[in-house]
Amino acid sequence: MKITLKLFATFRNGRFKVAEQELAEGTDVRQVVLSLGLTEEEIGIVMLNGRHGELDSKLNQGDTLSLFPLVGGG
Amino acid sequence: MDKIFRVNMTDLTTKIEEVPAAWAGLGGRGLTSTIVAAEVPPTCHALSADNKLVFAPGLLTGTAAANSGRLSAGAKSPLTGGIKESNAGGTAAQMLAKLGIKAIIIEGAPKTGAWYNLAVGVNGVTINEEKELLGLGNFAVIDAVEARLGKKTGVLTIGPAGELKMTAANISVKDPDSKIRSHGRGGLGAVMGSKQIKFISIDGEGAKPVTIADPEKFKTAARAFSKALLDHPVSGEGLPTYGTNVLVNILNEAGGLPTKNFTTGQFEGHDKISGETMHDTIVARGGKPKHGCHAGCIIQCSQVYHDKDGKYVTSGFEYETIWGLGADCCIDNLDDIARADNLMDDIGIDSIETAVMFGVAMEAGILKWGDSKEMLRLLTDEIAKGTALGRVLGGGAGSVGRTYGVTRVPVVKNQGIPAYDPRSVKGIGITYATSTMGADHTSGYTIATNILNVGGYVDPLKKDGQVELSRALQIATAAVDSTGMCIFVAFPALDIPECLPALIDMINARFGIALTGDDVTNLGKYILKTEREFNQKAGLTNVHDRLPDFFKTEPVAPHNAVWDFTDEEIDEFWNF
Repeated sequence: MKITLKLFATFRNGRFKVAEQELAEGTDVRQVVLSLGLTEEEIGIVMLNGRHGELDSKLNQGDTLSLFPLVGGG
Repeated sequence: MDKIFRVNMTDLTTKIEEVPAAWAGLGGRGLTSTIVAAEVPPTCHALSADNKLVFAPGLLTGTAAANSGRLSAGAKSPLTGGIKESNAGGTAAQMLAKLGIKAIIIEGAPKTGAWYNLAVGVNGVTINEEKELLGLGNFAVIDAVEARLGKKTGVLTIGPAGELKMTAANISVKDPDSKIRSHGRGGLGAVMGSKQIKFISIDGEGAKPVTIADPEKFKTAARAFSKALLDHPVSGEGLPTYGTNVLVNILNEAGGLPTKNFTTGQFEGHDKISGETMHDTIVARGGKPKHGCHAGCIIQCSQVYHDKDGKYVTSGFEYETIWGLGADCCIDNLDDIARADNLMDDIGIDSIETAVMFGVAMEAGILKWGDSKEMLRLLTDEIAKGTALGRVLGGGAGSVGRTYGVTRVPVVKNQGIPAYDPRSVKGIGITYATSTMGADHTSGYTIATNILNVGGYVDPLKKDGQVELSRALQIATAAVDSTGMCIFVAFPALDIPECLPALIDMINARFGIALTGDDVTNLGKYILKTEREFNQKAGLTNVHDRLPDFFKTEPVAPHNAVWDFTDEEIDEFWNF
């Protein structure tokens, strides 16, 4: 299956902003995080199709996954 | 001992008063709101002699506590018709605290057309007639005051917008680099203009370190507090790197980035105006990605933004400004937004109200969507000059909506709604609706918990828990606004258990008292209730605690969310 993976803030350093990824059926967010060389602890916000997701969330064909470190402002 | 400096602009007299016992434990917002509630007739015209403009440093301002240098300004707001407190960084708060000034109360209004400046020093305030600097922008005023009185002089000033009594006018505060921070919201610059005061200078000569009742206890608590600020990923890393503008991409992903005057929740040009792009641009052009708005700030969320030739354009370039001129007006040119930010600082006009206003002005057809060049022209040629159109624009979003017959006008209590769509981030909608200040994201920042996973998580698209979340944050914020602390201490305070106790310990050590967490909560409740009582006497009731109708009837993409709280559910907010 294909997903769109978006990275933000420091996660972009040495990586990319946005990329299409071909993944095996049943892949979850955690596996994508680890494949990027990131740790679970570094993940602040997981957004899956514009909704908050979990490391355990399973990915589906056509999903957009966005990963952020813990950041804030306002 | 701290004193109250009182200035009467009707008879041009000043005096120094003892602090009444009831005010002794108050600072910042707690004090300005208490004084306004006690001394300003709620039904008065906000630009009349009956209104009073109050400045107060916070309880910890002037101490070595990290991030404690905020100044509160308070009055009846000409924009909302209710009570207003607006706080800002800069150099003034710490100077006032060290001069032993608990508050400055400016009352009355001159009977002639003459304008004045106030000179504040250790011996009190003098009132001087001002002719030379009238009509000038804030940057020129700061330069001129420094030339007259010395580089170290503190400055509070209004630009043309304040002189013209526009309801979006702000009060500018000189920052450590002689640039500008702003008491932005609620039109307080118009109140200062109504007192016919162009600027206030502050002479720090004779200032002493503030007294600390228990210095050892203070030092220990201050260290624990600083550590919490530096340890938390938001205040310790994210904010200093990307500034508040890191939120553009997050809110866009969450579908809560109000775009094209709140018609949709995502902006195609988001990456061009994002914090990530801004950071890279600043670094490439030799600007400063981090910068503090006051001495002792260790978060450093501010920055200095240069143009492509490496020349200064603006500083203190905030998410709300960039969102408003960017997504809400469909402008994806960060350089033009930076120029507008600089112009707004110079004119002395709230960059949030003005950005929301431009969204409504585009809706009205005054200028085209995304037309940043015309926006710059309107700022320079119309608002700064006070033309008829400029005065309509300088009255804010509600003013333009009324004048041009626009129905999609994002305001609560006539104050522009900032940066977060209340349909897709419902907690902040409760804050906008119920805040005593009119729509204000800073008065109960539910984005932390709705979007950023700070202080837990409450689903932004559901109603559950939002009223309780907003209430808890508004109570805590009112208390924090009284300490002189930057509101961003809330991020570590929500997540790191040692942070809030250290803050309370610092207050206790400063004054030799024994406040508990409950006392701080009670202070927050007292402030909100005092402000609400003023508003009710001014004619603002729970009927004004409502969002505009279009949020109920127009679903916002991509989640097609609507504002679906009943009036009764909103009114539950005040059940404490």
